[in-house]
Amino acid sequence: MHTLTIAELAAGLRARRFSSVELTRKVLERIERFNKGLNAFLTVTADAALEAARRADQELQAGRGGPLTGVPIAHKDIFCTEGVRTSCGSKMLDNFVSPYDATVVANLKKAGTVLVGKTNMDEFAMGSSNETSFYGPVLNPWDPKRVPGGSSGGSAAAVAARLVPAATGTDTGGSIRQPGALTGIVGLKPSYGRVSRYGMIAFASSLDQAGVLTLTAEDAAYLLRAIAGFDPRDSTSVDVPVPDYVAALDAPLKGLRIGLLKEFFDAGLDRQCGERVRAALDVFKSLGAELSEVSLPALPLSVPTYYVVAPAECSSNLSRFDGVRFGHRCENPRDLLDLYMRTRGEGFGAEVKRRIMTGTYVLSAGYYDAYYLKAQKVRQLISDDFRRAFEQVDVLMGPTTPTPAFEIGAKTDDPITMYLNDIYTIGANLAGLPAVSVPCGFVDGLPVGLQIIGPVFSEAKLLNAAHGYQQETSWHRKIPEAYA
Amino acid sequence: MSLTRTDVENIARLARLEITASELEGYVGTLSRIIKFVEQLNAADTSAVEPMAHPLSGQTQRLRADQVTERDQHELYQKNAPGAEAGLYLVPKVIE
Repeated sequence: MHTLTIAELAAGLRARRFSSVELTRKVLERIERFNKGLNAFLTVTADAALEAARRADQELQAGRGGPLTGVPIAHKDIFCTEGVRTSCGSKMLDNFVSPYDATVVANLKKAGTVLVGKTNMDEFAMGSSNETSFYGPVLNPWDPKRVPGGSSGGSAAAVAARLVPAATGTDTGGSIRQPGALTGIVGLKPSYGRVSRYGMIAFASSLDQAGVLTLTAEDAAYLLRAIAGFDPRDSTSVDVPVPDYVAALDAPLKGLRIGLLKEFFDAGLDRQCGERVRAALDVFKSLGAELSEVSLPALPLSVPTYYVVAPAECSSNLSRFDGVRFGHRCENPRDLLDLYMRTRGEGFGAEVKRRIMTGTYVLSAGYYDAYYLKAQKVRQLISDDFRRAFEQVDVLMGPTTPTPAFEIGAKTDDPITMYLNDIYTIGANLAGLPAVSVPCGFVDGLPVGLQIIGPVFSEAKLLNAAHGYQQETSWHRKIPEAYA
Repeated sequence: MSLTRTDVENIARLARLEITASELEGYVGTLSRIIKFVEQLNAADTSAVEPMAHPLSGQTQRLRADQVTERDQHELYQKNAPGAEAGLYLVPKVIE
């Protein structure tokens, strides 16, 4: 039961081969048994999950409900969840119990999913390895000495180890796709504005987007259909119709124009990872797709652009943590300044402080034009590059990450080395584009991801391409031995 | 450019972050490297480019009507406050 996809679970639930309560018990058992070795879950909501499962079973018995009714899921601990501790991986919010549901949480509740718990993450989603979490690193199910990627590392490890069939994530610079790639599962980052961010704790507001981690593109389509759409509570939410992503999955890929992203096959790409990605492109060719090489000359500037824009926005967003209204507060503050300084000094971890200070610096008087304005101009160049590319091709493809999962501690000494791990994922965030990572093979027993990037609001096409590939391959069926 | 200890102390104060003496040295090094790293943007010719104002071209920030849409739930929200009394948030004395 634990190896089934959402689509398969939905069929099993409808055919009464098992009930949602049975399924949820199994999920809770596996979390109990395996979480100690993964550190993927921060909170398990067992009682509420079984209650939700009972309600789902009643719905199913009455012949009601949809394909997600009774399906267990987990939420990244960045999504506010009513009555549940929502920590964002930080000491700052260790004691924060959300008084309301994020729209993503509310939509998936409405769709009948069963929330089993909240997953570990890099503190405030700032990290690419899940090592910045206040609650300790998440371990990669394929090799416990290695990172699962980040920042949605807990969600990725939980799905890859088959503890839950799917989990939510957020992606500001690759935080869904990169852990998806490093754990061998599908990670979908939708277009900017496609999914509401209401109740999703903000990191960098011009980049953040909610998405999902699943075993298959088909499952991602089911979940995206439930969470996408206009929300008046998010001022960046865009009011465009939500297509039926599930219905679009089986369209033939013959004639699909694929652009090979030249800049992604650079000197930094591990040779064997590059070979796996090229082999994946051959599969698309065999399905009748047309391949051509496309160059985006400004794309190599993605990482430096991001490390001005994202810290600038984070320094502004995280100013709300002041020790007054919620979250951590220092003991016996002498005065208001001391309250702010010590609360924030104690509540935030090293990487979060580093990014707040980077952002404070690039926005400070005399430096704003040189750094922030310059970065927003280069960002426009990168966005223009993508726009031109999509006049020639339907989708762009390349690797999701330069290497497979690295060892815990390997990149913690030098932030730049860590930042460069997101070199292939950041571009889509800067341009607001949807992108998906799909498992496409292994190097020395570690998973490799193929990244597919499309024009804005082309999620149906991306999932169609990813689904077509998964019909021809079985990488997504491989399970880490210890969790089979 | 390289940042000095004084620069980093100033930045930390602006950001309202208490940094210990032992942390300071590390931040001087890593922040200097980050600033140097992002300065490669200077090489890009952006003389004819407008800075991006919204990730989706043509989109602007939507405004809502100036109407009350939320009901008063301050008791619920103040359950998360480190200090609250009589519906007010408690902070150290600001005015002598």
